[in-house]
Amino acid sequence: MLSRVANTLYWMVRYVERADNLARLIDVNQQLLLDSERLDSERLRAFWQPIILSTGEEDLFGALYDEAGSSEVIRFLTDDTRNPNSITSCIGLARENARTVRDQLSDDLWESLNALYLFTRSPEASHLIASDPPRYYENIRRSSETFLGIAASTLSRDEAWEFMDLGRHLERADKTTRFLDVSSYLPGGEMGAAAPAGLHWSAILRSCGALGAFRALNRDINSHSVVDFLVFSRDFPRSVRFCIEKADVSLHRISGTPRGTFSNDAERATGRLLAELNFSTADDALSAGLHEYLDSLQTRFNRIGEAIFESYVLMPERIESCFMDPGQALSALAAWQMQQQQQQQQ
Amino acid sequence: MEMFKGYDPGEFYDEMFGADGSVRSHCAPLLRRFKQLDQKDFLARKANSELYFLRQGITFNVYHDEQGTERIFPFDPIPRVMPADEWEPLEAGLTQRLVALNLFLHDIYHDQRILKDEVIPRWYVEQATHYRPEFRGVDVPGDIYIHICGSDLIRGADGKYYVLEDNGRCPSGASYLLENRNALKRTFPGIFDEMGVRPVDSYPRDLLAMLHHISPRRDADPVCVLLTPGCHNSAYFEHCYLAREMGIAIVEGRDLIVVDKFVYMRTTRGLKRVDVIYRRIDDDFIDPVVFRKDSVLGVPGLMNAYRAGNVSLANAVGTGVADDKVIYYFVPRMIEYYLGQKPILPNVPTFLASEPEDLKFILGHLPELVVKAANESGGYGMLMGPTASAAQIADFRARILANPRNYIAQPVVALSRSPTWCDGAMAGRHLDLRPYIIYGKDVKIVPGGLTRVALTKDSLIVNSSQGGGSKDTWVLRH
Repeated sequence: MLSRVANTLYWMVRYVERADNLARLIDVNQQLLLDSERLDSERLRAFWQPIILSTGEEDLFGALYDEAGSSEVIRFLTDDTRNPNSITSCIGLARENARTVRDQLSDDLWESLNALYLFTRSPEASHLIASDPPRYYENIRRSSETFLGIAASTLSRDEAWEFMDLGRHLERADKTTRFLDVSSYLPGGEMGAAAPAGLHWSAILRSCGALGAFRALNRDINSHSVVDFLVFSRDFPRSVRFCIEKADVSLHRISGTPRGTFSNDAERATGRLLAELNFSTADDALSAGLHEYLDSLQTRFNRIGEAIFESYVLMPERIESCFMDPGQALSALAAWQMQQQQQQQQ
Repeated sequence: MEMFKGYDPGEFYDEMFGADGSVRSHCAPLLRRFKQLDQKDFLARKANSELYFLRQGITFNVYHDEQGTERIFPFDPIPRVMPADEWEPLEAGLTQRLVALNLFLHDIYHDQRILKDEVIPRWYVEQATHYRPEFRGVDVPGDIYIHICGSDLIRGADGKYYVLEDNGRCPSGASYLLENRNALKRTFPGIFDEMGVRPVDSYPRDLLAMLHHISPRRDADPVCVLLTPGCHNSAYFEHCYLAREMGIAIVEGRDLIVVDKFVYMRTTRGLKRVDVIYRRIDDDFIDPVVFRKDSVLGVPGLMNAYRAGNVSLANAVGTGVADDKVIYYFVPRMIEYYLGQKPILPNVPTFLASEPEDLKFILGHLPELVVKAANESGGYGMLMGPTASAAQIADFRARILANPRNYIAQPVVALSRSPTWCDGAMAGRHLDLRPYIIYGKDVKIVPGGLTRVALTKDSLIVNSSQGGGSKDTWVLRH
């Protein structure tokens, strides 16, 4: 398939997944706020700070807003188009990517994404954000799930599918680590099973849609058990290990190389990370310091993303360079695609 | 439902009603079915069809529009109906015309017999904006230049069809023709019952068969692609739509590369050779090495591959000369010259400003005429004499005198009308018809074409950029 198309499908799905995760994050935390006593503005700021940090847009938020109250944070993350990582922006970017590869998508799939886009730009959406936020977020989540469901039931399991799946699982793994990292920024008693912190752990599980699956294991909710579940679970579809395994499978399907071996840097980076996850435990993650551990995971996800880009988008470009003019700078194509790639590096 | 109550066909030719107000017999069953709908149901279904277009993203981009650049192409649910005996002569006439146009293009890019025999004055061709003398002597597969032609037909007060213009470069709109049918089937399934409407869904297959037919490569299955300027182009929806219907890749200039006079696309598995390009980019932008140097849409070196015969383009380079409205004037002569036949479809009577007799007439009758620039389209660059202000007329007089080669004039044709739902009532609106003619192994035309309708009262301009909408076009089996 065309390199540009592969790259575009990958980003389309990443943006949908990102919006879906954001909707969970905001919704869960907003509801969490209802459980706590009324917070003064200082404590409210402390409550939202980790959430903003987890999206990596703290500087932009500081530049755009003076206050850090609930309504400002929620607007910023939900429908502020000045924030490239707000829900509305992500859906807009997903659709823009989809539009340029419309021929690759089934009618139903395009229609579901376009309908979601039209919803995020509608007066109905603004009205819901103001009057009934849980319904708004539910709408975003349901629509993203519908999008994935339609993709799963209407697309052939070909190369295009694998690139989409890659995008989805890398985005998921990244978001799961970011949600876990929210705990690192919490004021006071961050580790351990103290009651108020316990509430945060269950909020994190809910952000990942994992509370039910976790409860089914009948374990206490504490840092150890939650990290074990969200990072190392073999079965839960949003755990880091699960996502990296899926990414590894996709990469090998694309190249046709047997698993356990590698034919390019993306496969090597993914395989190594998977092996480490396979042979590590929550103790390893916590003893290194959870924040540092999660941070290093994110760096490695980025490296995998770069390597995929390098192998499948830049390589064909390289062929041109050796045919034509070895000194030639990167084409506009590569520049544009690189821009999307780099936006991720934060 | 009494939606049609009080409908006034006016003094125009109405597609549904005769001059005495009686319904034309081929429209009677349709009218009966619409009358069975109550207005609420009709409006709900109409709203549904609009939602269908919006959700499917069947939109076009309006240039120079900063906010909300995508709009749906307004769709009117009352179809335009054409009986078989009305369509057949159109089909024959369009085929005849396209064959002659292709013979003409081959001739002027080779021996130029028609110029040597002085059937068409040489300077008209040589001064046509889109004439490409540098491509003289270049052979194209099957000697076909215009593979896809969109000729605009109009119907006058006398009920006769005329050709208004030919579009032999990158005619657009075929996807709307297909989607209009889909939308109407979804929202008003009941009205199709036993009407004997001929299907239009063969268009993408015909198009693909034509692309295969012109492949330069015989030893392998041809790789065909659709080349688009990208998602900001006003017809981008259509490009995706057609590529998907045909199952071919849609590519942008940046996806293609020319190496040693062969064209390749960049894939995740390296470079893959391309044989046929259905290009939706005009000549000017297709290869920055040969044409506009500032084009970032095209493919550097593409013309080298094309001249070498390693890649085929549909449509070929240089067809724009046939779109020139001065050349249009000569199409009936081409038909007689190359085919020895009488033209089946007439042109609209046309005056050439560069002929002294005609010029005198034009300048003396500006308030009654339509004046058109020879190389503009989309309803731009024209003067509607009867509705123009004195200043506009003076402006055009000066322009014509400054550059007579660039202007033609025609009497105002009172385009036929059809009942159209406008602001809560059925009203007569003017329309035209753009059939899509495909020339590959043989000539194929899907029955009917895209009916465009001027939604503004009394307007004769049907272009989507100027408030036009469209209707489904039904050609009946009988």
